[in-house]
Amino acid sequence: KFMKCCDIIENLNCTALLTSSVPQFTNSPTLIVMVGLPARGKTYISKKLTRYLNWIGVPTKVFNLGQYRREVQSYKSFEFFRPDNEEAMQIRKACASNALKDVVIYFSKEHGQVAVFDATNTTRERRVSIVSFAKEKGYKVFFVESICDDPDIIAQNIADVKVSSPDYLNCDKEEALADFLKRIECYKQTYVPLDDEKDRRLSYIKIFNVGSRYLVNCVQDHIQSRIVYYLMNIHVTPRSIYLSRHGESNMNLLGRIGGDSGLSPRGHKYATALGTFIKSQHIKDLKVWTSHMKRTIQTAEHLGIPYEQWKALNEIDAGVCEEMTYEEIQDNHPEEFALRDQDKYRYRYPKGESYEDLVHRLEPVIMELERQENVLVVCHQAVMRCLLAYLLDKTADELPYLKCPLHTALKLTPVAYGCKVEHVFLNIEAVNTHRERPGNVDVSRDPEEALKTIPDHF
Amino acid sequence: MTNCPTLIVTVGLPARGKTYISKKLTRYLNWIGVPTREFNVGQYRRECVKIYKSFEFFRPDNEEGLKIRQQCASAALNDVRQYLADKGGQVAVFDATNTTRERRGTITAFAEQNGFKVFFVESVCEDPEVIAENIVQVKLGSPDYTNCNTEEAMEDFKKRIKCYENSYETLDEVLDRDLSYIKIMDVGRRYLVNQVQDHIQSRIVYYLMNIHITPRSIYLCRHGESDLNVKGCIGGDSGLSPRGKEFANYLGQFIQSQEISDLKVWTSQMKRTIQTAEAVSVPYEQWKALNEIDAGVCEEMMYEEIQQHYPLEFAMRDQDKYRYRYPKGESYEDLVQRLEPVIMELERQENILVVCHQAIMRCLLAYFLDKTAEELPYLKCPLHTVLKLTPVAYGCKVESIYLNVDAVNTHRDRPEVAGAKEALVSNAH
Repeated sequence: KFMKCCDIIENLNCTALLTSSVPQFTNSPTLIVMVGLPARGKTYISKKLTRYLNWIGVPTKVFNLGQYRREVQSYKSFEFFRPDNEEAMQIRKACASNALKDVVIYFSKEHGQVAVFDATNTTRERRVSIVSFAKEKGYKVFFVESICDDPDIIAQNIADVKVSSPDYLNCDKEEALADFLKRIECYKQTYVPLDDEKDRRLSYIKIFNVGSRYLVNCVQDHIQSRIVYYLMNIHVTPRSIYLSRHGESNMNLLGRIGGDSGLSPRGHKYATALGTFIKSQHIKDLKVWTSHMKRTIQTAEHLGIPYEQWKALNEIDAGVCEEMTYEEIQDNHPEEFALRDQDKYRYRYPKGESYEDLVHRLEPVIMELERQENVLVVCHQAVMRCLLAYLLDKTADELPYLKCPLHTALKLTPVAYGCKVEHVFLNIEAVNTHRERPGNVDVSRDPEEALKTIPDHF
Repeated sequence: MTNCPTLIVTVGLPARGKTYISKKLTRYLNWIGVPTREFNVGQYRRECVKIYKSFEFFRPDNEEGLKIRQQCASAALNDVRQYLADKGGQVAVFDATNTTRERRGTITAFAEQNGFKVFFVESVCEDPEVIAENIVQVKLGSPDYTNCNTEEAMEDFKKRIKCYENSYETLDEVLDRDLSYIKIMDVGRRYLVNQVQDHIQSRIVYYLMNIHITPRSIYLCRHGESDLNVKGCIGGDSGLSPRGKEFANYLGQFIQSQEISDLKVWTSQMKRTIQTAEAVSVPYEQWKALNEIDAGVCEEMMYEEIQQHYPLEFAMRDQDKYRYRYPKGESYEDLVQRLEPVIMELERQENILVVCHQAIMRCLLAYFLDKTAEELPYLKCPLHTVLKLTPVAYGCKVESIYLNVDAVNTHRDRPEVAGAKEALVSNAH
């Protein structure tokens, strides 16, 4: 479908379509290998990185060794991790082996491009065996080592994600903490960090103390360069991200998509209410971002806070369908309308954009969102769906159908490995602009079937 | 970015690529719209001490030499201050050895006094081959050595490096842990990045980590002449005209004759570039980011039609062609933003042919040849002509290869006066 624009040409020589921000490689897959003592943020990094790579269109999956271990062995105490516990060592080795077997399946049978092997991998011996495994299979290897000696950070880490781990279901907090600290000690004895000299031919990034310093060695290719850039931009300082659409616009009232209209009277009311809400939150150093379109700018104006305009936050360009109602689209472009319902994520409006294009243009916004602290983004329906999909790890299939109603602010607060979401409906009525996928997406369908799920409008 | 200006400070022995990095970084930052200027202390020294005699000037026990060098550094910092505080500069690159902690301390104090952020870029390299190549490429031809032969110059320069070696204090993981810096080791094999403070420093680090100095060539050309070109219409998504197809074949032959190792080919997602690349018979990758500028409401119009239907818009475009945005379309400034990932990936690559469009090619060319925003929209990028760019010394050698297939001219010069009649005089076709 996304090859429509060049369907008259036999793309005999075309190897990749850079519709997303990363070329769809026919190259070797990449095995990212985490390294570090327990409670150094390896799983946090693994999950976050995986979420980012999937969002930009690189199929990625995490293989967490702890999970493999939990499946074969119920946890009793730190004794399992003692370096002299022969029986446990066998089990742990078998788990690692199984995890790597699954990596092979993911790459060879499931179209995976990147696998993140999330385990301590703290000995040179273990890392050497992974490197040979990868070499044998033709995978590239990139190590991500997290080094931290700040006791406060480690304690916070343990409180955030370890104490509530399945390993400690039947323990109270103090017991869990004490046991976990002993677990860390077990690894410390044999921990050999990546070495400047001995490991100079390996490709890796070493992250010190949650990002105050990085050591980057032998970056091999584009994807590793992007991974390094991403890892160097994320932080763990507590903050909240507020997402909201512009207030109801005049086009919204008429059921028209796109365009650049101003706010309706209710839209203005919402903007004022949003301003009041934001003030009540007493947010420290709030940054406000809008698009270049009137309706987001008018909304931000009511907040009384300086705002930055990003062209990248403009609503999806509906090309020839700009400013049409869904009824008009069905009338004028019934085939296009059906094709869009068939694959809403990849479908590109003639002379317009697709959701996939949106993700590409929003990538710098996401990168800057990661760098920032408290931010309010005033944007549009399709744009907000893309940002939300990134923050909440939604798939490309779910993304175009995420519910982002008007006059509702979302407050996203990173917590543990994910994001807490609070919906704040500011009690000002607005039209509904959400169109569900209709039952019949066939090109030959009747107009009524196409229009079944259209929201009401004036 | 209306924040504090940033002072980038290079650190390193002579012949470690500091000036190469300074110039390249400055070019990149200006292209993405961050006003940046480099201040090379060597140049200040040459202005002060008209004739360079020998390495003795740099001896650490040469009191007079030291005094002059300190004065030059101060003069340069003074100009930095003026540029950042009074002349709208956003980033200044202070290009000097800055090899002692004491000197760096002075600069940090100066920056603090003036409210500038400081970011150090240190280049460390002990590979004698890289250093020798460096000296050959940019030192032997330096104004300092106009009257020397190669051996003399080489000898003198090596002794010059020695003068700095004893007092060189590299940025230290512990002692300098509160400074913001990137340490580049062995021409990019390894990097140490410490305390990145903000967006611009993060972008600088990303850029520095993507550039390389492996010799290679970048070939730029437009698609072959298209049907819409022949009609005199802008934009659209038409296929190649017969002459355009002929060009595509000649392009294929030309590329083969160049015997380029591991050539990558990139096109946009528009028919005319794809059809052109098909004739080259090398696998190609399509980038949406390489699509021609979106002329919005003026898409597929001839200039005469634009003048007729949108005379005001037409005039405004001539007044500021770089920033002017077609209604429902894009500006050159927007193009630069969408081409930034392309440039970043171009930096990572080696031999590459980019088949693109007029406005796109102007933007890419402006980046490689350090053209200003004013010059950019008027750069000449005729059809059926391949530009071969080869990085050399601090810049780029350009070879223009016309493949001898006629085509319409699509270049429209800036009219003398932005008025209706005048607007149409400078038209193509």
